[in-house]
Amino acid sequence: MSTIKCDVLVVGSGPGGYIAAIRAGQLGLDTVLVEKKRLGGTCLLRGCIPSKAIIEAAERYAQACENAAKTNVHGIKASKPSLDFKQTIAWKNGITDQLSSGVAGLLKAAGVRVINGWAVFENSKTCKIGETKITAKNVILATGSAVVELPSIPFGGNVISSTQALDLAEVPKHLAVIGAGYIGMELGIAYRKLGSAVTFIESAPNILPGFDKQITAPVAKWLRDYKVDVHKNALAKSVTSKGGKTTLTYTEKSGKDVKLECDKVLVTVGRKPCTNGWGLENMAVDMEGEFIKIDDKCKTSMRSVYAIGDVVGEPMLAHKASAQGKMVAEIIAGHKRSFNPAAIPAVCFTDPEIVSVGLAPQDVKDQGLDAVEGKFRWAANGRALTNGTADGGGFIRVLTLNDTGRIVGVQAVGRHVSELSGEFVLAIEMNATLEDLAGTIHAHPTLSEAFMEAGLDALGTPLHV
Amino acid sequence: MAEFIFKMPDIGEGVTEAEIITWHVKIGDKVEEDVPICDAMTDKATVELTAPVAGTITKVGCDDGEVMAIGAALVVFDTDGQRPVQKETQEEPKPAPKKERAKPVSAPVSASVVTSSPSAKPLASPAVRKAAMDADIDLSLVPASGNAGNITHKDLKAYKKSGAASSSKGYVKRTGGTDIKITGMRRVISNRMSEAKRRIPHFTFVEQIDMTNLEDLRTHLNKTRSEHQSKLTLFPFFTRAIVKAAKLWPQCNATFDDDAGVVTQHNAVHLGMAAQTPNGLMVPVLRHAESLDVWQIARKISRLGEAAKTGSITASELSGSTITLTSLGKLAGVTATPVINRPEVGILCPNKIIEMPVVKNGQITVRKMMNFSSSFDHRVVDGFHAAEMIGYIKDCLEHPATLFLD
Repeated sequence: MSTIKCDVLVVGSGPGGYIAAIRAGQLGLDTVLVEKKRLGGTCLLRGCIPSKAIIEAAERYAQACENAAKTNVHGIKASKPSLDFKQTIAWKNGITDQLSSGVAGLLKAAGVRVINGWAVFENSKTCKIGETKITAKNVILATGSAVVELPSIPFGGNVISSTQALDLAEVPKHLAVIGAGYIGMELGIAYRKLGSAVTFIESAPNILPGFDKQITAPVAKWLRDYKVDVHKNALAKSVTSKGGKTTLTYTEKSGKDVKLECDKVLVTVGRKPCTNGWGLENMAVDMEGEFIKIDDKCKTSMRSVYAIGDVVGEPMLAHKASAQGKMVAEIIAGHKRSFNPAAIPAVCFTDPEIVSVGLAPQDVKDQGLDAVEGKFRWAANGRALTNGTADGGGFIRVLTLNDTGRIVGVQAVGRHVSELSGEFVLAIEMNATLEDLAGTIHAHPTLSEAFMEAGLDALGTPLHV
Repeated sequence: MAEFIFKMPDIGEGVTEAEIITWHVKIGDKVEEDVPICDAMTDKATVELTAPVAGTITKVGCDDGEVMAIGAALVVFDTDGQRPVQKETQEEPKPAPKKERAKPVSAPVSASVVTSSPSAKPLASPAVRKAAMDADIDLSLVPASGNAGNITHKDLKAYKKSGAASSSKGYVKRTGGTDIKITGMRRVISNRMSEAKRRIPHFTFVEQIDMTNLEDLRTHLNKTRSEHQSKLTLFPFFTRAIVKAAKLWPQCNATFDDDAGVVTQHNAVHLGMAAQTPNGLMVPVLRHAESLDVWQIARKISRLGEAAKTGSITASELSGSTITLTSLGKLAGVTATPVINRPEVGILCPNKIIEMPVVKNGQITVRKMMNFSSSFDHRVVDGFHAAEMIGYIKDCLEHPATLFLD
């Protein structure tokens, strides 16, 4: 058995783990990264990136179909497009391959040793990977999360998870999606654009639970316009496959069981932290529910053991994991740091897209804050009219404190708004006020003008309303 | 089949049980001799217990976090290594582990979970927050000049320059506080201190000692040492005085098992030396102090002190003291009321040496004077005897030659 000793051992190469390892390497720490699969984690290989590729291809295909339609308003005359979905998937794989090897290059440049295998911890500082034993002064746990399986509808056959939904051989004729959270919504909408009939089964009374109804309304409208069935307050019960036919049975709100024939059943009912099968129980680390318990420095209850990303709790977002990873590497290198963001942006790549940063109206109410709301609709923004953002409806909403005018929350729904999230979160981190927002010249004609206009609305002096 | 039962070892005097914090092995594991099998925490220290024999583990005595009595079967080894792994269904009732779980202790020196309760989060941009953290400045104390109460780089600079006290904007209110959960070593210290004060009726006695002659001797001895040799502190001389006194007043060099009602007077002097470490108070023990000369004492205490600070100290070096000497060195003050290190019955605490005018033979002269504080367990030590002993120590220290005569 060979033995490796190092300053920092990082477990998992997702956007938390690989960033932590690169930063640790840059800071001169002897760093080892352990990964069982390919480098990149859920984000690069099975989540954020491949799903954005499928969503983009679906949008382009939908536009090509629209160009071929007689109702096309742009004056484009085109014939009906066809789709080579195998090539779509190959193109998507090319992107994930490129990013994964890019991560390998970055790790190498930072002097990080990458070990391919499954680490099993014997105690808090020692793990075994096959015949290799690693003893580290500091351990960063970045094991991430995995899809949740429904006990009554296990994965297999035509019951698929988001991972398989990104690697289908063909576009299913009829896709049933259990769970209308952001992952199910993003994929369901993409497959609708690719030509699938799509049906959602959601146990909650609303789609995209966690976002308010105002902000999700344009998405609900899109689903109606594109004839996507959404069954709310409905419980998926079982799936049977017989003679090539797959039948999903669900219970309606009324208590009646309904059978639905489909080709694939996509189950997107959430994600759970990966805390089993790698010796966490031998590390004397305290838990908080199903997650690893950490403090504001991502320290666990065991000395020199840190945990970051999905395995420490909500929000399970790549950018949170990366920020924590960078911070922990710097803490280990002796810097003074703590994880104390004013806001972590959340984005849904639905159609239209949704962004939420900071406090939402309900949060303001719950915290008893004296706040004022400003709003601006895309319909009054020039760029939105020309690039189709206005077609989907939607708006930007800004929440500010009445006493100081400080911006505490921004939500937006509309095509392309994900790219505006940076300005929203920067405004909150910098403690910008409405005056700051209104006093910043925003380029014309761009969607960002709507943010400024929402600020003016909150000040009571809107120009374009 | 050869079965070897590893009983919970006696990991320190006065220790009757230990909490097994973490198991490093499980049933079915083949282990070599001397590999760590578990971490046990007593109220003195956390120690790693190692396998006394090589073999296959067929039984473990308790789960993580359970308390095991000393002498209970901790691990059973099959030393042939032939025996098939025991199935879980064959598990026998656990022998001795006490069900009372000493709960919150998760690690030897667990990172205390700190929850702060600030009234409101100070407003500052990420760059200002980072600068404040780097400079160890609590942003909630920095007066803000930015709009919406935002703290700017300029505010931070001004605050740094002013020094918190002489701020041109006047004194600022401090708000909020910090809740720290008492765990690990701090919890042990807390329990032991409470127990000592609850059970022992302390009395404190303070004597004044003229240290001029001893200091002259010590200066002389140190002067004749070469550069690289370690120098003598006062500690070895105190140790000599205590060793001599302990023989004459055995009731003070004793341990009192108050539950059993038995006082044990010890022939040996195992001197506890209270030491501040990064993790809190520890009391390493100078064993058989009576058998050591001042140079040997000096070497031993410097090694023990270092081991206590780095955490490499062993359980046996932290237990079994018969009397304790505590001193804060330069911070020793004019008097103290030390808390007895139970089950001992006496604790001695030299204070700071101060040059002061003293009347000697009708003349005022400047002498190096030191107070010598002490506390005793009044249940078993009478004030008369304690005063006699301290008086004897004073005599010894004022006439240093007597320290080296028997």
